[in-house]
Amino acid sequence: MKHCLVVDDSSVIRKVARRILEDLDFDIAEAEDGKQALEACRDQMPDAILLDWNMPVMDGLEFLTTLRRETGGDKPIVVFCTTENDVAHITRAIRAGANEYIMKPFDKEIVEAKFQEVGLI
Amino acid sequence: MTPFEYDFLRRLLKTQSGLVLSDEKQYLVESRLLPVARRAGLGSLSELVAAIQKPSGKQLSDSVVEAMTTNESFFFRDKTPFDHFREVMMPDLLSARAGRRRIKIWCAAASSGQEPYSLAISLKEMAAKVAGWSVEILGTDLSNEILDKARNGIYSQFEVQRGLPIQMLVKFFAQKGELWQINPDIRAMVKWRKFNLLDSFAGIGEQDIVFCRNVLIYFDQQTKIDILHKIARLMPSDGYLVLGAAETVVGLTDAFQPVQGRRGLYQLKAAAATKPVGPRLAAVGGSNAR
Repeated sequence: MKHCLVVDDSSVIRKVARRILEDLDFDIAEAEDGKQALEACRDQMPDAILLDWNMPVMDGLEFLTTLRRETGGDKPIVVFCTTENDVAHITRAIRAGANEYIMKPFDKEIVEAKFQEVGLI
Repeated sequence: MTPFEYDFLRRLLKTQSGLVLSDEKQYLVESRLLPVARRAGLGSLSELVAAIQKPSGKQLSDSVVEAMTTNESFFFRDKTPFDHFREVMMPDLLSARAGRRRIKIWCAAASSGQEPYSLAISLKEMAAKVAGWSVEILGTDLSNEILDKARNGIYSQFEVQRGLPIQMLVKFFAQKGELWQINPDIRAMVKWRKFNLLDSFAGIGEQDIVFCRNVLIYFDQQTKIDILHKIARLMPSDGYLVLGAAETVVGLTDAFQPVQGRRGLYQLKAAAATKPVGPRLAAVGGSNAR
């Protein structure tokens, strides 16, 4: 079973994402911000990360940039999932090492399509 | 809706579009046609049926046919047909048509345009290989309304997130508020035309590649056979037919046979049987004598 870390400061979004991803047969861990996510990755590197952008303490972009410099941090497939839906943000995310990008609001079909896109399912 | 009214709509759809509705599809008819009735200021499907039968009912019956035959679509739907396009069809035809340098592609149920645009994007991605070639994409659909949408190439955030990798979205689309419009150079690669698959294919002309996906399922056996034979006749002997993931020619026609190891991809029987191994120089200039 593949392991996915869901990073979002909203517990509602984490719950929705967890339900969708568990249906797709993922084992889920959660983090509320980039710092927590980084600690979770250092503990156990996940196969996939669903990543919000705007979060307190450490935002998604800073987390991703830091992660990609860590040992083994190039491994996880990172899918942004954010309300930032303009080309400038998308481009910054890709440059920082994001593999895919979901613009909120999202549904099961979109998550499934994007995870298929990057070969996770 | 009374059984009599349902029968009336069934007959209307069968004669105008070939769409065959079984007894248990009443819910589908209701969910698709209530909005049509409402837009026309009618309170129920019974009123809609009555209004269609008036001398002034032609426009309304067209709206009914459009509403029932419009399909959901997304970019690079099912993925594999587009792999076949890049890996089999295009390399083969680029070699076979090296003299003429012209390839014609027809999307026979283009709907809101995602399939033809996915092909256009694929061609852009292989720009170096098709430089100096004329590759024409024709998108047809029964519905004018849906063709207008296709022509504009404007899609919602939901639509562009299903099947389209994010890099392609950024590269080939421009953001318009909440919506995304496919770039003018991609739009210019596709020609659109209203067309009913029940009609004569004479005006369509020869097509090297025909995408006819997820539309045959709506027709009865004989209509499926007729359409496949009409497609076979407008194809050169080395052309390609692509059907939907759940569709097949088995039990319908011997004109086509599957391409080995390529799900959903078909060639005319003679072509597949006599397929030479290397590049086919003999095909230059026309293997299309009919």
